[in-house]
Amino acid sequence: MTQKRFVKVRADFLLDGRVVPLIFRTEDGPTVRIDRILDIRQAPALKSGGQGMRYTCRVGERLLYLFHDRSQWFVEQGPDQ
Amino acid sequence: MERVVLHVDANSFYASVEVLYHPELRGRAVSVCGDPEERHGIVLASTREAKRRGVKTGMAIWQARQVCPELICLRPHYDLYIHFSKLIRAVEEGWTDRIEAFGLDENWLELTERGMTMARGARIADQIRLRVREELGITVSVGVSFNKILAKLGSDMKKPDAVTVLDAESWRGKVWPLPAADLLYVGPATRRRLMRLGVFTIGDLAAAPPETLVRAIGKNGLMLKAFACGLDDSPVRRVGVEAQIKSVGNSATAPRDVRTAEEARCMCYLLAESVGARLREGGFRCGQVTLSARTAELEISSHQLLLPRPVNSTGEIGAAACRLFRERFSESLPLRSLGLSCGRLVPKQAPVQVELFGEERRARVEALDTALDELRRRFGHRVAERGVVLADGAFAAVNPKEEHLIHPVGFLGG
Repeated sequence: MTQKRFVKVRADFLLDGRVVPLIFRTEDGPTVRIDRILDIRQAPALKSGGQGMRYTCRVGERLLYLFHDRSQWFVEQGPDQ
Repeated sequence: MERVVLHVDANSFYASVEVLYHPELRGRAVSVCGDPEERHGIVLASTREAKRRGVKTGMAIWQARQVCPELICLRPHYDLYIHFSKLIRAVEEGWTDRIEAFGLDENWLELTERGMTMARGARIADQIRLRVREELGITVSVGVSFNKILAKLGSDMKKPDAVTVLDAESWRGKVWPLPAADLLYVGPATRRRLMRLGVFTIGDLAAAPPETLVRAIGKNGLMLKAFACGLDDSPVRRVGVEAQIKSVGNSATAPRDVRTAEEARCMCYLLAESVGARLREGGFRCGQVTLSARTAELEISSHQLLLPRPVNSTGEIGAAACRLFRERFSESLPLRSLGLSCGRLVPKQAPVQVELFGEERRARVEALDTALDELRRRFGHRVAERGVVLADGAFAAVNPKEEHLIHPVGFLGG
């Protein structure tokens, strides 16, 4: 199992109730800027365990899954490119 | 107009959710078990791997370990299951708002409307199955039929992650060869009585003479025969997840053993405070208060009190708990921990028999509780506390922990 990586998130809360994460940061890692959000949907986190709103994020060349599971956020490696 | 009813059953629900949150346990024999220390140490749900090894729901943990030594037992997380139950319901609400919950893991859906057919119902069932798997990461099996009983039977026939259609043409061929015990309400006792009559399958039950059935199992025999004949016109009632919560309880271990009646009173009110707040938050009143205690020797006993009318105020629940303590537990001091649970829940809006006097005071007490709840929600729990709780500083720091008890409810609304 990959270690579940919880992150701090800064996000926009839109008028219609949607939440758009902008940057995130693991406890001891660098701040990561999300370049683009490609997809938002409910999905299970099969690698690190959990379920929630899944944001498929492009960060530079990489794709990441950012999960919002009830009150917590965590990142997981994205789909194979 | 053809009636179309779905029954959506989450496969090994508690265990599936746990494995979803512990991916390292995927493929292992896992059971969710009640807490062995609290005397409900039984298997509540198991993964397929555990079931294959012979672990059955309701077994004591030690029995389950005997048939499957490598079994992994996890404690239940009801809040998580309630959350997932609501997620499943949210998926289903994409198709209908006529949904009846039966426990946390089963729902009936009434799809009947103009233009609805069994074939369309089956397609909807398949879409629900796929969406739950893709969005929630757990699986459901769905039965599609023209009444609730057959839909439920259908969801049991193919598992996991499958759809079974029992339509007017095909259901007899599929259902009648099944053992009678597969039918809802045929428990072990009824099954034995039926076997004595030579009734083994659902088909036998359908063909059995009504008088014989009534003589053997009473008037329920007629109901079961009707079910076996595909006759059931019970409607899908709009019942939510909240209705599945049968009791709300909290327990707390005292910072030091409770030795005096005064300390016990303090604990009772402390627990009443948190249970009451949860009752009010859920929009319930309770008709029964249960106090349980564990002595320093870890012996557990519990006693309950029926209330003359449903209540949810901290004061009334606390008073009931204190009365139970005085009448039942004062001999068993010292106590290590106390638990308070409220059962016979009714919605807050349900009508109550008012009394000639005292209604005004009761309304004031409720308003006070509401105001306190709101204050605490905004400024934290410590913003206002009862004098009785503050009497002893050590006890004021006790933090009661939540316990839900969720039982499947009776099909007949019992």
